[in-house]
Amino acid sequence: MQVFWHQVLSGLATGGIYASIALALVMIYQATHHINFAQGELAMFSTYIAWMMLDAGFPYWAAFFLTLVFSFIAGVLIERIVVRPVENAPVLTVVIVFVGLLVITNSLAGWIFSYTIKSFPSPFPSNAWYASSYLSAHEIGMIAVTFGVLLLVFLFFRFTPLGLAMRGAAQNPVSSRLVGIRVGWMLALGWGLAGTVGAVAGMMAAPIVYLDPNMMSGILLYGFAAALLGGIDNPWGAAAGGFIVGVLENLAGAYVVGTEIKLTVALVLIVGVLVVRPSGLFGRVLVTRV
Amino acid sequence: MAIISETTRPVAASFAGLPLRTWQTLGVALVFIVACVLPFTTSSYHLFQLTMVLVYAIALLGLNILTGFNGQVSLGHGAFYAIGAYTTAILLDNTAIPYWATLPIAGIVCLGAGFLFGLPALRLEGLYLALATFALAVATPQLLKFRGFEKWTGGVQGIVIDKPSPPAGVPLDSDQWLYFVCLAVTVPMFLIGWNLLRGRTGRAIVAIRDHPIAAASMGIDTAMYKSLTFGVSAMYTGIAGALGALAAQFVSPDSFSVFLSISLIVGLVVGGIASIFGVLFGAAFIVFIPNIADQISKAAPWAIYGIFLIGFMYVLPTGVAGGVKRLGSLLGRMGKR
Repeated sequence: MQVFWHQVLSGLATGGIYASIALALVMIYQATHHINFAQGELAMFSTYIAWMMLDAGFPYWAAFFLTLVFSFIAGVLIERIVVRPVENAPVLTVVIVFVGLLVITNSLAGWIFSYTIKSFPSPFPSNAWYASSYLSAHEIGMIAVTFGVLLLVFLFFRFTPLGLAMRGAAQNPVSSRLVGIRVGWMLALGWGLAGTVGAVAGMMAAPIVYLDPNMMSGILLYGFAAALLGGIDNPWGAAAGGFIVGVLENLAGAYVVGTEIKLTVALVLIVGVLVVRPSGLFGRVLVTRV
Repeated sequence: MAIISETTRPVAASFAGLPLRTWQTLGVALVFIVACVLPFTTSSYHLFQLTMVLVYAIALLGLNILTGFNGQVSLGHGAFYAIGAYTTAILLDNTAIPYWATLPIAGIVCLGAGFLFGLPALRLEGLYLALATFALAVATPQLLKFRGFEKWTGGVQGIVIDKPSPPAGVPLDSDQWLYFVCLAVTVPMFLIGWNLLRGRTGRAIVAIRDHPIAAASMGIDTAMYKSLTFGVSAMYTGIAGALGALAAQFVSPDSFSVFLSISLIVGLVVGGIASIFGVLFGAAFIVFIPNIADQISKAAPWAIYGIFLIGFMYVLPTGVAGGVKRLGSLLGRMGKR
């Protein structure tokens, strides 16, 4: 039984990473109805930036917050430069541009930082008082950071005028423009925020999966699964989906399929959710008029 | 999602006194003659690359039938390429079946696999299908490494297979023989694809892409056509995978990573979405560009791929084939004047 609880709790910890990635995906999906295939790679690149600063001697939290600023600016720039020209293009075009972005980010990271695997420090010392036999200090910290991010995002969207404007721009661009919201910039801000949340996920994941240009491919897949399971148009559903997927992945890995084909669990989840309940657990059911 | 309208072709355009259709036929004939002569003039390494161009051309044709003509975005065709390759490798490793007989088997296996994946995919539209197939592509290497299949797949080590040797009395070395085997598969595959797409079936396939509801109300069985297209597309890519395994003489899980699927997308975009002969350009691109770019950096080929992906979407969304077609009709109009 102890092993079981251990699996569940550490599943919750990795679930936090999936929840962050899913949240980033949902933010972009809500605003533009695009699924950002490059989300994982952007997070990976941000993590490399953090690593570079740590390597240069910055204290951890300084590097952490500077990386968030960098990721925000990068997200805004990418929306402005790369995504904007294809905003209303057919699905195939959008998908291809995102795949291009994925490939470019991946190879850029490999080019600049080389493909050798690097270790990335955790800000939570392993002998901290909150570490236990169930969860390591980093796992506890990871859960705390995820909840912090979720809380901040909630407060931002619920209680600030800018958050309200962004929600308005996503839900009804035409009316929002009529009341004076600059919809284009709201979308860019959404990309910036998504980049920031993704960067948190990257920096939290790196101590576990180690830093290399392909570190996020599996995590992105689970992020997709989480977003779909929770409902791709519902941020809280996506976050909940992240935790559920994290636990499911761990339990399936421990008791059902073994750790070697864990990614297939994500594949089955994705296809399963899309086929059985495309709106996810907490999503709105879409009805199309033909 | 009308990406490319096929109606841009001028009806009776001509250039230098000959109608464009004649020029097209001449062009195809020229390509074929060059394809027959080339193997006698190059080194064996370049011959291997040319063989791979043919292999990828078949794979891209399969992907194009699905994504270009039918509008179902697949980011996971590397998985079907892998299934084809592994079918051939496993058959050669465990049975006494001659190598040429494994090709149709690989095709049939992939037809089934594609049809089965296409069934749930029916419920997925556009973006979601892209997502599901992307997941398939990412999960493929892990599935191939799975210990339960290790007896057949060889696990992480993969399977080494022998290069087919030419039958006695044929004055070709084994590289040239393999090239001609690939050519002998490529030509009929292209003819079949061309015939499939220009007839009633092809019009149905394109109609589903351009306006699914109108297609359904015209009496097209959309569901059946979509899953069958998925199957046929996977069959093409699977046969390409089988030939690719013969050419490389080796299959291993890591050669079928998500980047193989992305390579195929790159080839599709560069050659031209919804163009049959464009896939030749696309195949040549994904074979030769990495070789040239590798000299700059290990990451350079992918950087170039990415830039081409985005660049083509902005500048030349119809790919090289679309560009050539536009140039042709431009010349035709100038010729008339």
